[in-house]
Amino acid sequence: MLVRVLPSVLVASIGLGTLWHATDRGQAFTSEAARRLDAVRAPRPVPALQLEDMSSQLVPLLPQGDEVVLVEFIYTVCGDICQVAAADFATIRDQLEVRGVPVRMISVSFDPERDTPEQMAIYGEAHEADGNMWTVARPMSEDLPLLLELFDVTVIPDEWGGFQHNAAIHVIDGDGRFSAVFDTDAIDAVLAHLEERNS
Amino acid sequence: MKLLGLALLAAAEAVALRYAVIESPIRHVLVQMPLLVLAGVLLVWNRQIRHDLAVPLLFVALTVFLFWMLPRNVDWALTLPGETVKYLSLPLMLGVPLRLSWPWLGPILRGFLKANALSMLGVLGFLYTHAPIRICNSYLLSAQQDLGTAFLYLGAGLACLWAIPILFGNSCSRRSNSTGYASCGV
Repeated sequence: MLVRVLPSVLVASIGLGTLWHATDRGQAFTSEAARRLDAVRAPRPVPALQLEDMSSQLVPLLPQGDEVVLVEFIYTVCGDICQVAAADFATIRDQLEVRGVPVRMISVSFDPERDTPEQMAIYGEAHEADGNMWTVARPMSEDLPLLLELFDVTVIPDEWGGFQHNAAIHVIDGDGRFSAVFDTDAIDAVLAHLEERNS
Repeated sequence: MKLLGLALLAAAEAVALRYAVIESPIRHVLVQMPLLVLAGVLLVWNRQIRHDLAVPLLFVALTVFLFWMLPRNVDWALTLPGETVKYLSLPLMLGVPLRLSWPWLGPILRGFLKANALSMLGVLGFLYTHAPIRICNSYLLSAQQDLGTAFLYLGAGLACLWAIPILFGNSCSRRSNSTGYASCGV
């Protein structure tokens, strides 16, 4: 009996173990969940890139001093998800300003060809990103693939000449590491995360 | 020899779809992946194995099946390492063991597997047509909804295919011999 059952039990155990491992212990079934989990578990060092902001000034991507940087990826003519995400980003900015948490927020364009500083300024104005705490910026075209890979952002062209992309808020902590990802509307979670770091 | 040729043809067809699967999850999940499984099935179509290997091989096939059902692995299958694993594991670790174990599986177990496949297609179809977010980062929301609809059609089609022999007489069961090995295919 044991001889008959043992191979099946063995194979089934290996199978379940494989699936357990392949889903990060049953926690991540989608690649989006997997990248979020991975960023928290193994924060990734962010290179010292310069971005060009909406007033054509160069701004560092990395946090300066004891600040934290929040990054979201956008393209300025985005019709749906970026608009909603920008409104949430504005709420976060307002809340952080009141609480005096040292944070810089950057909406990074993944379409630097079309998103000129003028175009980014229009987007910034529409969402009240005045360049103080929150600015809109684009990477150098040659830095874009590296950025998207580092943050695991997938951008695919849609049917209407725009893009679909995984929208999220990415945290670069004071040590210059990409170490957390939040839903764009998870305002309370972002605030709690930052206050925890700050205290 | 003829079967080997067909197996190679199915595999070649699947590889030829390499670039077509980047845009369309239907071509990826419902054309390319089944073709790869088919290649494995054809490869060992006339092979027989010992009875005691049937259940372990079935578990291998189920594991690989569930692995490729995970949305994150569908994304992964578009990268080079993922693609390689897909080309190897779907024929050799799903098609081959499934075909080898299938004739030994009793009618109740077969019915159980088929019923599960149908309900799973229904659940996936519902999930993919109704999820407000993208389940695979590599595919558009509209493509995801098309895939959901395709799952539902496939489920309905298979339900008919499998129900008709049960409702209108099944010649297969009469032909299985005393060892429990069914001599006819599906």
